[in-house]
Amino acid sequence: MFKKSLNTEDTLENAGLTVEEQQLFSNARPQAYEPYPIKAVEDFANWARANSLWILAFGTGCGAIEMRPLMTARFDANRFGVAGRPTPRQSSVFVIGGYASVKTLKRIVRSYEQMQGPKFVIALGICPVNGGMYFDSYNTVNRFDQYLPVDLYITGCMPRPEVLVAGIMELQKMIKAGKCNGANRYVDNFDWYKANQKKVIKNWDMPDYNW
Amino acid sequence: MIYQSLGEWFDKIGNFSLTLLIVTVYGLLMGAFIERIIAKVQGRIGIPYKQPFINVLKNIFKRTAISHGIMFYLGPVFRIAGGIGTLAFIPVIFGSETFSNFSTAGDLFLVIYFMFFGQLGMALGAGESGHPYSAIGVARGLSQMTAYEVPFALAVVAIVLQYGTLSINDIVAAQQGGWQHWTMVTNWPATLAAMLAFLGMTGYSPFDIFLAPQEIPIGPPTEFHSAYLGLLQLNRALFGATKLILFMNLFFGGATGWPELMLKTWLIYMVAIVVGVAFPRYRVDQGIRFFFKLPTLIGIMSIIYVQMVLTA
Repeated sequence: MFKKSLNTEDTLENAGLTVEEQQLFSNARPQAYEPYPIKAVEDFANWARANSLWILAFGTGCGAIEMRPLMTARFDANRFGVAGRPTPRQSSVFVIGGYASVKTLKRIVRSYEQMQGPKFVIALGICPVNGGMYFDSYNTVNRFDQYLPVDLYITGCMPRPEVLVAGIMELQKMIKAGKCNGANRYVDNFDWYKANQKKVIKNWDMPDYNW
Repeated sequence: MIYQSLGEWFDKIGNFSLTLLIVTVYGLLMGAFIERIIAKVQGRIGIPYKQPFINVLKNIFKRTAISHGIMFYLGPVFRIAGGIGTLAFIPVIFGSETFSNFSTAGDLFLVIYFMFFGQLGMALGAGESGHPYSAIGVARGLSQMTAYEVPFALAVVAIVLQYGTLSINDIVAAQQGGWQHWTMVTNWPATLAAMLAFLGMTGYSPFDIFLAPQEIPIGPPTEFHSAYLGLLQLNRALFGATKLILFMNLFFGGATGWPELMLKTWLIYMVAIVVGVAFPRYRVDQGIRFFFKLPTLIGIMSIIYVQMVLTA
C-alpha cells in the first residue's frame, strides 16, 4: 500500500468512504511521470510499449463484440503484439467499446485507475465521441473524454475489426512518436476529471483514486 | 565442491552466468516457438519470435508500480531465486566443465527442494497482494503440486535405487552409450510416472486450473504488474527450460552438446503441448484424484520393478 502522504494539501479526501473504510485505502494523489532523460532510452522504451499492447478484457458496451474477432485466424492481432489480459494491473490498453452507461463508467474509472502507466485509451465507435444513437439517453455519457483521457478515436457504428486493427497500428505509431501521454493528462487535470465523474456518478462509494 | 582458489570460484560464477543467460534466452525463444505452433494449428500466423523479449522489456519499462508490502516485493524475487537455484545444481551439458554448474554429490535432493521453494515464495507474495483470486489460485496450485509431487518423487526414488547415486551427473553418466541405456528404456515405469507428473508441472491444460484465465483472472499473479511481472515472465522461461533439462538428464540420457539439448528438451515439451491441445481442463479435485490414482500406482510399480527386475 502507498504510504499516506503527510502533507495534507497532497492528499485526497475520499469523502465517499466511511471513516473505517478510509483507513483501508490510500489517499495519495497520483503523480505525473516524466520520460527518461536520455532520448534513445525513451525511444527504445516506447518501441517496446508499442509492440506489446495488452488489452484489458473488459467489454464495456456493444462494441466489445468487435474485439473478439481480433484474436481469430482472420484478423490475428497477435501478430502486432496485441494480447488480451484479464486483470487491469497488467494491461496497458483500455478499449471503450461503444456507449458507456453511467453504471459502467464507475467500473471503467476503477479499472482505468488500477492500470499501471503508461496506459492508453481507445474509444471505439461514435458513442464515446458525441453519444451516437444514445445522445439523449438518461444514463449514457455523451462525451467520453470529459471523464477519462482518450488517446485515439475509431468512429463508426459499429467499426469493423479491420478498422480496430488499423486503429491499433495507428496507436503504435503514436506511442513510438511519444505522443500518447493520456495518463499524464489525467493526472495534470485530475480535479477537473474527478469533478466531471462525480457529477454523473451519484453513488460514489469508492476512494477518489483507486490505487 | 572444494575450490582451490578464489579465481576458480569466480570462473565457476562466470560460467554459471553464461549458462543462465543461454537457458533464459532459450526458454523465451521456445515459448514463442510453441505459441507459433499453436497459432499455426489454429490457422493464424502468431506472435513474432521477439515477442516474449518485448513483453519482458515493456513490463520493466512501465512507469508506475505499486506495492502491497514487503512480501509482495519478495514473491517474484523468491520465485526467480527458485528458478536460478534449480538451474545452479543441474549439470546442463554432460562432460562439459563450463556448463556443469555447481553440480555435486547429492544435488538431486537439492534440486527437488529448490523446485518447491519458488512456488512457496510466490504463494506468500500472492497472499500479501490480498486479491481473493490470488488466494484461490495459490490454494489450487499448491494442492495440485502436492498431488503431482507424489508420482514424481516415487519416480526419482526409483532411479536413485536403480543407479545407486544421488548425483545427477552420475545418473547421466550411467545412461551414456546409446539410447538403449536411457532410463526411458531401462526403467520405463519411472519415466512414465514422471512424464505424467510433468504434465501437471508445466501447467498446461488439462492441469491449468490454478491459472484458469477464464475463471479466476489468472490466479496467483493477478495483482502482479510492471517489473514484478517482468521477473515472473523471466522465471517462467528459465524455470520451464530448467525443468526440461532436469527431465532430459534423469530420463532421456542427458545431452553432450547444445543442439542435442535443444532437440531433446523440445521433444519433451511437445508431450505437454500435444496433451494440452487435446484434453480439456480438469477441476482441481479431478486433477488431484488423477495424480493419486494411475501415476502414483505406476510410481510404486517402478520401485517394485527396480527391486524385482533390475537389481535382482
